Parts: sequence; structure tokens; C-alpha cells
Amino acid sequence: MKIRIKFAKYGAMKFIGHLDMMRFFQKAIRRAGIDVKYSAGFSPHQIMSFASPLGVGLESTGEYMDIEVNSMTTTEALKEALNGAMVEGVEILSVGVLPDTVKNAMASVAAASYRLQSKNGAFAIPNPEETVCAFYAQETIPYTKETKKSVIQLDLKQGIYDVRMETGASLFMTVNASSSGNIKPSMVFEKLCEFAGAEIPAAAYQITRLETYTDLAGEGAPHRFVPLSACCTEESQAECY
Amino acid sequence: MRKLALSDDILMQVEKPARYIGNEVNSVMKDKNKVDVRFVMCFPDVYEIGMSHLGIQILYSMFNAWEDVWCERVYSPWTDLDAVMRREHIPLFGLESQEPVKNADFLGITIQYEMCYTNILQVLDLAQIPLLAKERGEDMPIVIGGGPCSYNPEPIADFFDLFYIGEGETQYRPLLDWYLENKKRGGSRLDFLKGAAKIPGIYVPQFYEEVYKEDGTVKERKKLCEEAPDKILKEIVTDVSDCHYPMKPVVPFIKVTQDRVVLEIQRGCIRGCRFCQAGQLYRPVRERDVDKLKEYAVEMLQNTGHEEISLSSLSSSDYSKLDELLDFLIDECGRKHTNISLPSLRIDAFSLDVMSKVQDVKKSSLTFAPEAGSQRLRDVINKGLTEEVILKGAALAFEGGWTRVKLYFMLGLPTETEEDIRGIGDLSNKIAATFFDTVPKDKRVNGKVQIVTSTSFFIPKPFTPFQWAPMCTKEQFLEKAYQTKQGIMAQLNQKSIKYNWHEADVSVLEGVFARGDRRVARVILEAYRRGCIFDSWSEYFHNDVWLSCFEDCGLDIAFYTTRERADDEIFPWDFLDCGVTRAFLLREWKKAQSETVSQNCRSQCQGCGANRFGVGVCTESD
Repeated sequence: MKIRIKFAKYGAMKFIGHLDMMRFFQKAIRRAGIDVKYSAGFSPHQIMSFASPLGVGLESTGEYMDIEVNSMTTTEALKEALNGAMVEGVEILSVGVLPDTVKNAMASVAAASYRLQSKNGAFAIPNPEETVCAFYAQETIPYTKETKKSVIQLDLKQGIYDVRMETGASLFMTVNASSSGNIKPSMVFEKLCEFAGAEIPAAAYQITRLETYTDLAGEGAPHRFVPLSACCTEESQAECY
Repeated sequence: MRKLALSDDILMQVEKPARYIGNEVNSVMKDKNKVDVRFVMCFPDVYEIGMSHLGIQILYSMFNAWEDVWCERVYSPWTDLDAVMRREHIPLFGLESQEPVKNADFLGITIQYEMCYTNILQVLDLAQIPLLAKERGEDMPIVIGGGPCSYNPEPIADFFDLFYIGEGETQYRPLLDWYLENKKRGGSRLDFLKGAAKIPGIYVPQFYEEVYKEDGTVKERKKLCEEAPDKILKEIVTDVSDCHYPMKPVVPFIKVTQDRVVLEIQRGCIRGCRFCQAGQLYRPVRERDVDKLKEYAVEMLQNTGHEEISLSSLSSSDYSKLDELLDFLIDECGRKHTNISLPSLRIDAFSLDVMSKVQDVKKSSLTFAPEAGSQRLRDVINKGLTEEVILKGAALAFEGGWTRVKLYFMLGLPTETEEDIRGIGDLSNKIAATFFDTVPKDKRVNGKVQIVTSTSFFIPKPFTPFQWAPMCTKEQFLEKAYQTKQGIMAQLNQKSIKYNWHEADVSVLEGVFARGDRRVARVILEAYRRGCIFDSWSEYFHNDVWLSCFEDCGLDIAFYTTRERADDEIFPWDFLDCGVTRAFLLREWKKAQSETVSQNCRSQCQGCGANRFGVGVCTESD
């Protein structure tokens, strides 16, 4: 049986990287006594898929991971058992059963929404509302991404689905988070600051991933983003199949 | 939510911020206002090393089981954070409370190897605690040292308020009770130390003075205060099955060296290898009850969620109920998808059978530690492993499908000759030949066998029969490594043998610290002031700095290393009593020189003196 787990990550835990979070969950699942399914082979490992790696330093209220179990009582009991094995800074928000036909968490991801919040209450860009509007109204937003191997030219505009100021000096955005076109919120912020002619103040902002979405629209149709948890048959009604 | 000691800004710029945030599963949080004693336990090396140490897990768990005590952990900040903390004057903090270590009542430092000595100073310095015990005021934590290096604490004596000699389970409660009582009485730091000196196993260095002869050796130790005992006997747990065990060890977020449940099956070793310090210090052997160990294994795996369990002891094959324990673990772990990591077992039919059940034979390697290349030299060091046994074990293993063998040797052992060194190559070659004799051509995986031969340099340690022995110079060591390499290159099967050897510079320094006296402290202090930390990490070891420090402090390295000691020389550590008598050690030193072996504890008592504790193997009936 496939299970989709939604969790939040915050506080000190934001400094735990993606691979270590996987290790953390593998151990937590064992502590929680969950009848998790293991792969075959000489060194079996738990069957586990994370939706989208969260960068170190980011908090989240919309992280997802899929596991497979041989048996369980109820999703509520599983959630409780897992929460009993957590530490401060990781909280299981919901647990749902996935229909077998649904793609795993990683393959399902299409977009994610983020909030970028100033830590000292001030937003470093003058007239933020208008500036953000003007920024998003650009035809293209070229971005040069440098990796160890190559330099890639991207157009961020294609992958920004929404960007706007919210009350309380914070910036909200929904961007592409699929494995092929993932956009980091810091990239958008960097371009925004550049557009506004403002300095990028290092670490003065806390970025939170709010939700991770899958896209229900067919090829070529306008996006229909729903949270990954919407694919579960229990917990919330499924729309995904 | 806890407030972290370091800002997001700093944590984002250092490598592996998880080293500094605490919050791990099974770490213990308490209300600081509801405890009477705050203890910070330190392993003076990087988090991943320190978190792998069983001793700290035991003491951490034991302290926190006491309601009135809160024990936290601290490790050496890595060099990147070290620089930031110095620049911004951030005091070193406990991982749990994230509050300055200097606010604690005690700072306990476990000293597992000599090359961490400058890291002790780093920890004190970053904690903003004066480096010299004498300079610490009333409000500073009491700094305690423990662990194997405390059996010659003299080179670092100036930095510690007290040392706890022996196993930690026994005297910490009386020590903390005395601390609380002294506080209630309004007693001073000095009052506390005087009272502490009367507690068994506690050594207060500032109550003694070392006096030297003209030739530089120790003339005598002067007591500076009447409370100080003449001799300090190590502490020992009499019933290891009934002492505290950490059922809920802290589970790190990041990968650490020992990322598994560790089950200590016994303490001590019956073997009596003459170079081995642990084999003497932890006498007599005491086995844990096998039924308790089974319970521990199940409960600890449950409490941690670890995917692997490992057995810990100095010589696991000597544990009398090993078959029963392993059968249980193989069964239990098989059902729970848990791996078993086996400690180095004696290679025989039984251990090979066990290993084939828990490891991927194709990927794992076998380890032999003959330690010396010839039978003559193995008799000198009392390593009871014969060539016949090694070759028989290797043949069995090759039949079982193993193709990789690791061999460990030491260079520079007392009485070593060129012939002994040639024996290393010969033995490596014979093992390779055994493979080709045992495994028919059509059954050879890739047609190859891989022998990895490694040598380390022998360093004489206190409380061993070799404490009288001269150590080699750096040049001699390197010459021996060269001869070993030549010896291997000359072998018929040399293509199957890979040879590794250790750095010689660090070994020389370790030799000084191991048998050093109080005068060495000023070299350590000076080297630290000139920037030496993480000396056990080759990328941070600066031999030239150390050499100039010795020179500037007027200390001669050769005096501590290459000098052969007279039978009656007073050693800096003679005031400690590790349970084994000096007469026994001297007897063993003489036997070594006459190439005579000694039986192990179980075969025949050698009268080492540890039977005075009346426990363990000393009380086993035949």
C-alpha cells in the first residue's frame, strides 16, 4: 500500500540537509514501528520517495514523502505513531493512502509556493508592490545558472506562475518545482533585487516553502495545481485519476 | 522553541551546521532551573568522531538519569566555525541548552588519544575558560579529564582541575554529592578540590609537584597538600552486567563514524599483548550477561531506529557466549532488516560462517593483525597468532569466497631486526600463494586476490611491559617502512599486495606525549598559541611548528622517545595504580627480551595484580 506523508520542517531542523532528512525518516519509521516495505537484495532499504529536496536554511509547511507499507491500521494511527518519533522542528501534518495508479511523490511535483519573509520586518526594495508587479510584467527574466559543469541560460518568466507582495513585508511566489524545470525562490529574489537596483542582503530573509503541487491539467492545457496530498484517497478526496 | 547559540548567518556559512544545533533524537532537555548540577561532557574532536564514542553515551545517559543533574555535550568546533567564534567572541556552548559552557558546574573531557591535546586547549579557550587550572576563578567550571590518556596525565596536568582515573560509572555520584555539599557549606573551589582528592580514583594535579634529577628523569613527587593521597588506584566496575547502560543513545542527524547501536559485550582483554595499553588498563576481563545483552540489543534498536548493530570489546572472540549472542542477533536482525557489523574476530570456521551470514562475502574483507612479521618477534610482543593459524584461516576464507585480506603490522617493535621486517613481505606473499593454491583457476573471481598490508609505527605506552622500551627515531621508522616496501616488492606475488604505511612525524610526537612529564605541557601550550589544533588530522598537522616549539621551550624530543629506561627509573605516571603491578610489567619486559610468551588470563594466571579487584576472569573457576 502506498502512503503519502505531508510534513512541516522548521526551527533548528532547517539546517538538516535533504539526505540527512531521509536518514532521519528511515530511523523514525523504524522507531514508530511502521510495517514499512523493504526493497529486495542483499542490503534492503525502505521504499521511500521524497517529493522535492528542500534547500538547507529553508523552512516548510508543505513537504511530502511517499512510503510503501505491508500493513497498517489507520492513517490517523500511522500519523500519531510517526509524530511520536519526531523531534522538535519536524511535524507530520497528514497521512493519506495513495491509489496505485498515482505517480510517486518525486515524479508528481509540478510547482511549489514560497514565502520570503524579512527577518527584521523591513523589505529591502522600495515600493515593493509596484516593483514586484513591474518585475513580473517583463517579457522575459533571463537568469544565468552556473553549475560545476556548465553555464545555462534560463528564462525564469516561464516558470514563475505567481509572484506578489503580501502584508507584513513578505514576498509570495508560486514557481516551477518539477525535476526538469525547478526554480529556486532565491533565484527569483536575486533577479527581483537586481531589477529594483537593491543589494541582496544575505540571510536577512527566511524562505518558507508553503505547499508543493502536482498539475492535474493535461498536456498543453492551463495549469491546474493541487497540493500533492489531494491525490490521496483517504484524508482528502482524490482528483488525480 | 530553543534559541540557537549561532545566528542563521553563521550556520549557513559553516560546513555541516548540524554539528552545532543539538536537538538529536534521545538528546536530553531539562529545565536548568530545576537541576542542581550542570555538567558538560566533551570529546575534543569534531562532532562525527565524538558522537561515535560509547563512553560519552554511557556517562551522558547515567548523568541524565539523575534528576538533579543535566548533562550536555560539546565537541570541537571545526576550523571554519573556530575562526568565526574567535573573530566574533562567541563563547563555546553546550549542544542541548545552546548556552555557554562556562556557565556549567563541570566540564568533563574524555581524552582518547594524545593527538587531541591541543584541541583540549581549543575547547577551553573557546569556552572562555582560563587554560591553566591555577588561573581559574571561583565561578569557572571544574574541568575534569578522563579516558585512557589520563593514565599518564602529566603532559596535560596543568590544564585540568582534576582527573578521574578509571571507569566512570562508580565515583561520579559521590563527586557530585561532595560538590553540592561544599556549595551548601559555602566552601571555595579549593575546598572542593581538597575534598575531591579524598574520593577514590580522583587525582588533583595542583596538589603535587614533580621534582627532576639532573639527568632529567623524575626524582620524586612532592605532595603540596595533606589531603592528596600518595597513590591513586583506578576505579573499576565490579559487576558489568549490573551497571548503567545507555538504552537510549543519542542518534545524530548527520552520518558519524560509528552510526549504529554499539553493544559492549565485555571489558578488558585476557590476551596480554605487550605493546597494548588497553589490554593492561582494563584488567581484569569482565563479561556482560548474555541475556542482558540480548535485551539491550532489542531495546536499543527500537529506541534509536538504527539500521545496524555492532559488538564492542577488545577481543570479541574471547567472549564466552559469543555463539549464542550472534545466533540471537542474526535471527533478530534478519527479521528487522538490521545489519550486523562484526568487530575483528579471530578468523576460523565459526567466524567465517557467521560472517558469511551477515556480510556480502564478495564485498567484505578479512582482517588479520599479526602485528609482527616473524614468529620470533610475535613471541616478543606476546601476540599468540602463528603463521599456521593465519594461513589456515586464509585458506578457509578463500574457499568461502573471500578475496580480500587486510594485514596489520607494527614497525619499530623492541628487538626488531631486518629479518623480522622481511617476514612482513614473506607472510603477505604466503597468503597470496595460499589463494592460488586453494582456489582453482576457473573459480577465481576476476582471477585475483587482494592483500592490503598496513604498518603503523610502534609507540611505547605507559602501563605496558614496553614502557621501558626505546622508541625509534623518525629516520629509523622511515627506513623500516622502506625496507618493508622493498621486502614486498621482492615477492613473487607482489602484484597482489598493496602496502600502506603511516606518517612518522605524528608518531614521534605521540611518543613524547604518551610518556611525557609535566614539562611537556608548556610545549603543548606554545604549539596551541602558534595555531596548532586538530593535530590528528594530517591536513592540520604542522610538524615544523611543533619542532620549533620544542626547541624554544628547551625540551629534547629524544629524551622522551628514543631513550631506554633503566629498570628502576621513576616514571611520571608511577603515582597511578592501574591494578597491574610494576613488578609484573617488568617481569613481562624481561620475558619479552628473552622471547618468552606468557599464557592468557584464562589459561594460566600470570599474577599481574588485577586479581585484587576480585572480579571477572580472576574469579572464574576452571
